[in-house]
Amino acid sequence: MRNRRIDEPMSIYRRAILKGGLAAIAVAGLPGFAPRAETTRPERRVIPSSGVSIPVVGLGTWITFNVGTDPVLLDESVAVMAAFFEAGGTVIDSSPMYGSSQDTVGHGLAKLGYPPVFAADKVWTPAGGDGREQIGASRRKWGVRRFDLMQVHNLVDWREHLETLFDMKAAGEIGHIGITTSHGRRHELLERIMREYPLDFVQLTYNILDREPEERLLPLARDRGIAVMVNRPFRQKALIRRFQGVRLPGWADNIGAFSWAQFILKFILSHPAVTVAIPATTRIDHVRENIAAAADPLPDEAMRRRMVAHIREF
Amino acid sequence: MQEWWSYRPGDFLLFSPRTYWRLFQLANEKLWPLQIPVLLIGAAILAMLFRPRAWADRAIPAALAAAWLCVSVGFLWMHYAAINWVAVYFVPVFVGEALLVLWLGTVRGRLTFAAERGVAGVIGIALYVYALALHPLVALVAGRPLPGGEVIGIAPDPTAIATLGLLSLAPRRTGTRPLIILPILWCLASAFTLRTMGASEGWIPLTAAALAILAHAWPRRNGSRTNAAPAC
Repeated sequence: MRNRRIDEPMSIYRRAILKGGLAAIAVAGLPGFAPRAETTRPERRVIPSSGVSIPVVGLGTWITFNVGTDPVLLDESVAVMAAFFEAGGTVIDSSPMYGSSQDTVGHGLAKLGYPPVFAADKVWTPAGGDGREQIGASRRKWGVRRFDLMQVHNLVDWREHLETLFDMKAAGEIGHIGITTSHGRRHELLERIMREYPLDFVQLTYNILDREPEERLLPLARDRGIAVMVNRPFRQKALIRRFQGVRLPGWADNIGAFSWAQFILKFILSHPAVTVAIPATTRIDHVRENIAAAADPLPDEAMRRRMVAHIREF
Repeated sequence: MQEWWSYRPGDFLLFSPRTYWRLFQLANEKLWPLQIPVLLIGAAILAMLFRPRAWADRAIPAALAAAWLCVSVGFLWMHYAAINWVAVYFVPVFVGEALLVLWLGTVRGRLTFAAERGVAGVIGIALYVYALALHPLVALVAGRPLPGGEVIGIAPDPTAIATLGLLSLAPRRTGTRPLIILPILWCLASAFTLRTMGASEGWIPLTAAALAILAHAWPRRNGSRTNAAPAC
């Protein structure tokens, strides 16, 4: 699970971390970054097929990390990554479809001295390109030895890519295999693939408003021992905007939710089939807020029903 | 990709508005002080439109071709493509527009430009003056820093709008009509992008494209240039 820079021994990474690579970045004056002495480690969950455990809140890179070569925005992205790692996060998810996001992740990992990362990426070749070649290019952009998770992006050419991914996994070139969809699309096909192939992961959209996966996909994932990565937890900020200016219900304290973002994330993470959610952000305070949502207590079933009923009022 | 009907415009937006607007600032910083000669040449072209010279009809397309080339490399390739992979496909198209303008205008001499009376003349001058002098200030009006202003020859929108203006002033001749296609398409694409980003400026390229189509469709004397009084 722990990745490291290509062609360099592990000890260098340990040393870099021990020497306080993150603190060095902070001292270098990255905007808004200030190391905190005490942090609560986020809850971890096990990937059923491998027994590897990962923190339940990861970091998405869709739009937020697509900053090109802008030095200011690159520095901000590094600061976000630094805060993420410092808070105990490890799972970062990207895709070759996300513009320069992979380059930004690679830039951040290099700047931070290659802290432990669970590197999740996707293969996406809409024009029928070579998946293995693209994965190699993605790996070089990240600067990692191998991907911990490689997923077929939005089911594009899924048969061909799954075949490649199973070969690569057998050869030890990738850690886990997954398949993704978003916005609730193509769930029937996703379900069929989940039933027919020994997937490690499935990535889908699930949140307090987009609850269709609760009916079939999430129970199926549990039955089949497939880890679930949740994308679009906030519907790309739309959910947060929806509740802007609205007071949290008083009982949100009971589940340790102190913002709507935490309220929404806790709902997602409290589903027993969910392994990790990957909110994307450009703000350090939001990174910390998201990871803090992973701390106990999480809502039980009765509380989940109450949460759903409450948001229906808006 | 399947189920196209279920996608919304926002699903195709790969970048944040902030990242997009900062591209222009980065491009301006990278190419500085190119903006100064660009604006001077732009002003000189405006003067040539009111006092036409035979050599100017060869020089204006050369300047226009240089602007399209510069945008294709200096903006699309070096900056925009980094955050939007679709931009890569526009690069050869922009280069093609530059070469076509150069071939038809500078080499073949099939483009003549003059500020004339009439709807096409007014629209042509208005679009050109707007692209040259006013469009760079839109950033300020929208609350962004002036160094992020969009200048002809560096940013695609003012380049496309200026081209539409100049082509509105050129008599319609066989073989020159395709020149209007790319600027129109780019204006539509830009309007779509800006609208998807939630930027109010989306109406600008859309209006420019509509005005250019109107100017192109409006009946007028065709063929030789007149030295009538300027339209504006």
